[in-house]
Amino acid sequence: MDPVATVTGHAIPLPRADVDTDQIIPARHLKRIERTGYGEFAFEYWRKNDPDFVVNRPEYQDAPILLAGPNFGCGSSREHAVWALQQMGLRAVVGTSFADIFRNNSAKMGLLLAPLEPADVGYLMQRAQDTPDAQITVDLPTQSVSIPGGWRRSFEIDPFVKHCLLNGLDDIGLTLQHEDAIAAFEAQRPALLPRTKR
Amino acid sequence: MPPRTLAQKIWDAHLVHREESRPDLLYIDLHLTHEVTSAQAFDGLRLNGRRVRRPDLTIATPDHNVPTVDRDKPFPDPLSQQQVDALRVNCAEFDVPIFDVLDARQGIVHVIGPEQGLTQPGMTIVCGDSHTSTHGAFGALAFGIGTSEVEHVFATQTLPQRRLKQMSVEVTGQLPPWGTPKDIILTIINRIGVGGGVGHVIEYRGDVIRNISMEGRMTICNMTIEGGARAGLIAPDETTFAYVKGRPHAPAGDDWDAAVARWRTLATDPGAAFDKEVVIDGTEIEPHVTWGTTPAQSVPVHGDIPDPDAFDDPAARETAQRALDYQRLQPGTKITEIPLDRVFIGSCTNSRIEDLRAAAAVVRGRRVADGVRAMVVPGSGLVKAQAEEEGLADLFRDAGFEWREAGCSMCLGMNPDILQPGERCASTSNRNFEGRQGPGGRTHLVSPPMAAAAALAGHFVDLRELF
Repeated sequence: MDPVATVTGHAIPLPRADVDTDQIIPARHLKRIERTGYGEFAFEYWRKNDPDFVVNRPEYQDAPILLAGPNFGCGSSREHAVWALQQMGLRAVVGTSFADIFRNNSAKMGLLLAPLEPADVGYLMQRAQDTPDAQITVDLPTQSVSIPGGWRRSFEIDPFVKHCLLNGLDDIGLTLQHEDAIAAFEAQRPALLPRTKR
Repeated sequence: MPPRTLAQKIWDAHLVHREESRPDLLYIDLHLTHEVTSAQAFDGLRLNGRRVRRPDLTIATPDHNVPTVDRDKPFPDPLSQQQVDALRVNCAEFDVPIFDVLDARQGIVHVIGPEQGLTQPGMTIVCGDSHTSTHGAFGALAFGIGTSEVEHVFATQTLPQRRLKQMSVEVTGQLPPWGTPKDIILTIINRIGVGGGVGHVIEYRGDVIRNISMEGRMTICNMTIEGGARAGLIAPDETTFAYVKGRPHAPAGDDWDAAVARWRTLATDPGAAFDKEVVIDGTEIEPHVTWGTTPAQSVPVHGDIPDPDAFDDPAARETAQRALDYQRLQPGTKITEIPLDRVFIGSCTNSRIEDLRAAAAVVRGRRVADGVRAMVVPGSGLVKAQAEEEGLADLFRDAGFEWREAGCSMCLGMNPDILQPGERCASTSNRNFEGRQGPGGRTHLVSPPMAAAAALAGHFVDLRELF
């Protein structure tokens, strides 16, 4: 994972609640065995059915930030949803709240999630709708979302996730540092626990 | 030690390492794998020269992509074939056991774990699939993970996890006739909302929960994720033990007695604190039908399509209006007057033998309505064989249902079983998201008997009036 620190740019406003991962990337596009090739299918149904859908609009192309409503990323555990968002150019999502598995997947992949109060997200949405090129900065070291002119809000993030994002850490490597503890745990597991092969 | 919840006890018993300001490192007892979310994880192992640490705690089966007919032929979609082929090759290379397409034990991953006796009380179970919550029905801590986490479990048999908040959902009283486990969970999600369980593990409790079968408990735990919680569980009891006993991977002999003695300790301590508590009166649970595009948007079958203008919250109003526009439904329409094109009985929510029996009991002697295409897709090859032995397959076929091979089928639009644009389906699956069953398809979630009755009538039916 590449380190993530600060994302600055314009933002796509998506004022919808409960955007599920089937909308972010439909299941029929999960057949690839690579981690690439998903960006063009992000939000496919809404893009296809509505030419004016915000992601289709030229003024929001190449935006690195998405503004999202409550419970963004609910539904399926597909990490492909994060890959699709990243491959359409997004590096951060500022939203009201995020689904649990989506939040974990984003942390693993380096997609920065910044939860803010609904009123603050609403303010940024309105601003992005009125002025599509309006700039936003999501800054991980200071855990803040800010805009030119002084408006600035703090967001919460798990300290370990922050540490991994800032340093681009592979947490499998970190876990393997605890090999002794894993082996010790395995040594005391009851023998009657099921095994898939004998 | 202060009183703990069941989930906390299982968590603590799997703690490998704890450190200030870090997530806990948990040991994983069982890792279920399927073709969709594993290929990139196996690639990650290869890139880093890692192996699957515990292939003997890992099992794979192809389910999402597999067609439910002509299983001995190449799949019609070469990409689906490639993904299943990749699983086969990866399992061979990494020594992971697999129930392959033509194996009688193949099926939906959340059906075969319990069926094989691999799912047992007190275990930690993960899978790259959000419906892993199903296994919580056995008093296991089971949750869905993404592909990076799949790779993590392959490599280390552990997972770093932040502690979850504890939520209790108690269903009191006694279920009325035709209130099924599916109606219980739809009622719960309707009450708490699709984000109501975020950050929590849910323990389902109460007399209604205690009195339902393992299949019913699996249906409830399965849809926990539709209420936002990754894991939902039910304390094990005699019903649980009776289900596990004698299965291929269940403990036997002295081990059985030792296992049951352990399992009996798996209950929430009196006085344990929950962060959130919900109580639902089970006597008022009615057959439910979803009308919208989230599993929380449901009403009892005798109800009407709601009017978005009646919602106080502007955001809820807009969400409801969007859902009705997609579903092409008008406020005030009676649920029982919605005409249907398709009926799907299957999925990890409702494809077990008891689900098929419940549907068959409604069908018996009747025929699928003209203009309706209905299919029954058993959750595993073994469920299929059992249903055939019990005469259920003939009963469904004689009534005009298609009887298929096991798989995820029409739950998610990844295999040939999909809705055509504009088709409307009564489905026993778990998600009614836009396009979930195929682009432009419209889904209504119901219980197996409700789906069967809808197939016979061509529209939703209040079962209480049918019998």
